[in-house]
Amino acid sequence: MSKDKKILVEKVREFERRTGRNVDAWPEDPQNTASILNERRTLSESLTDEEARSRMSGHSRRGFLVAGLSAMAGIVGWKSLSDEAKAALYNRWFGLNERVSQALYRPSRLAPEFDRSQISPTRVNGAIGMEQDLDFSSWRLAVGGLADRTDDLMLTLDDVRRLPRVEMTTEMKCIEGWSVIVNWAGARFSDFVATYPPMRIAEELPPYVSIATPDAGYFVGWDTPSIMHPQTLLAYEMNGEPLKAEHGAPLRIASTTKYGIKLIKRIGRIEFTAERPRDYWAESGYDWYSGH
Amino acid sequence: MSKRLEKKHTLAVRWLHWINFPLLAMMIWSGLLIYWANAIYGIWLGPYEVFHFFPAAFFEFLGVPFRLAEGMQIHFFFMWLFAANGLVYLIYLVASGEWRSIVPVPSSFRRAAVVALNDAHLSKKKPPQGKYNDAQRIAYTSVIMMGAGSIITGLAIYKPLQLAWLTSVLGGYEWARWMHFWLTILFVAFFAVHIIQVVIAGWGNFQSMITGRTIVETTEQTEK
Repeated sequence: MSKDKKILVEKVREFERRTGRNVDAWPEDPQNTASILNERRTLSESLTDEEARSRMSGHSRRGFLVAGLSAMAGIVGWKSLSDEAKAALYNRWFGLNERVSQALYRPSRLAPEFDRSQISPTRVNGAIGMEQDLDFSSWRLAVGGLADRTDDLMLTLDDVRRLPRVEMTTEMKCIEGWSVIVNWAGARFSDFVATYPPMRIAEELPPYVSIATPDAGYFVGWDTPSIMHPQTLLAYEMNGEPLKAEHGAPLRIASTTKYGIKLIKRIGRIEFTAERPRDYWAESGYDWYSGH
Repeated sequence: MSKRLEKKHTLAVRWLHWINFPLLAMMIWSGLLIYWANAIYGIWLGPYEVFHFFPAAFFEFLGVPFRLAEGMQIHFFFMWLFAANGLVYLIYLVASGEWRSIVPVPSSFRRAAVVALNDAHLSKKKPPQGKYNDAQRIAYTSVIMMGAGSIITGLAIYKPLQLAWLTSVLGGYEWARWMHFWLTILFVAFFAVHIIQVVIAGWGNFQSMITGRTIVETTEQTEK
């Protein structure tokens, strides 16, 4: 030990004697990690067996009392919450997570695109709102909440096809945990909005978009920033072919911004709205936002 | 020959340790509820799946099936508390200097091997140690890193678009999910070994995690 260090150690010991603490270093030993890292330990003054035992049992009583009471308070507190209260708490927390997500959201961030050779085998999950056959010749896309009109605008698939065609090969993530790489073609939702401008609320786009199947059996709510993301499409082609019925013909949402539950198939109506729209799975306890 | 009481675990370490226990338990339980919806992992030996995570009977026994929404509710609530507790612990370790009793040095691995041999009753040697032996140092530092790993891989699958760079660094969404799963299995394995070791170490050791103190035999003079 150098002379300086020795003086320092003595000063520390002196301070500890005065303050009644007894901090000790582990004996110097190149084979002891505690000594290598200069770990400290705090010891009481020297005690007899009896003193040590009685002090320890005092600490033990207090410690176990506090521990037991804390554990009980935690368990009783948690158990006293009803299932409804817990569901309400969780639901409010989803709202909080949503606000954090939206505050940190940047539309410029893009999900990776893949090579078309990486496309996964297709996977069909869910046909809610598509139980009946659809007559494609009479199908129209109803659009509500547009500027300068109160009734729905009725569009054909060709109207959507006339918008700039965009392709993307992206990973679609199911809320169940699996993912598939899919090639989509369609119109950017933002281009759709530019061509068919919605009403303005205080100069801004309405904060929400509601989308439903023609029979309204399946319905999703979107926040406007996510649906205006460049990787959110009104898709009419999948893996190089026109959309198949089970994948949501004639028109569906494809997006990297949300789980598959939000990528509604067989769109019947789109509405721009100031009200937070109902959402099929959110009504079963899933996160309304479900945003990536 | 006299005795001294050693302040073994500080108040902060004890509280943070015990608070972490129910938080991690809730994260693992809700993680299981979520995992059930796409339970694809297993241990494979070539073309044979030796063990599937998990057998249907295991899920049924615990009442796991069809609780994905509930699992996500719990997971995305407790993740904040788990992360906050872990962060406070990390800051405390650094600020208080307690990291000195937990972190291994390169030569720790050799001594940890001797500790393992000793635990297995294959060697009578016991390397010198501080509060923890070198096997403990490695285990405790690893479990802290596992916690950080769970948060990082979790974020990568929670926000794979906004944190696309992170998801890519981890090899993509599927790999991030795989890592998140295996880290959880490692937590469970750590827990099992931890419990066994605590039982073997005996009452005094367990008591010290509550009281913070342990009785030390000493032959030294009180004042040096």
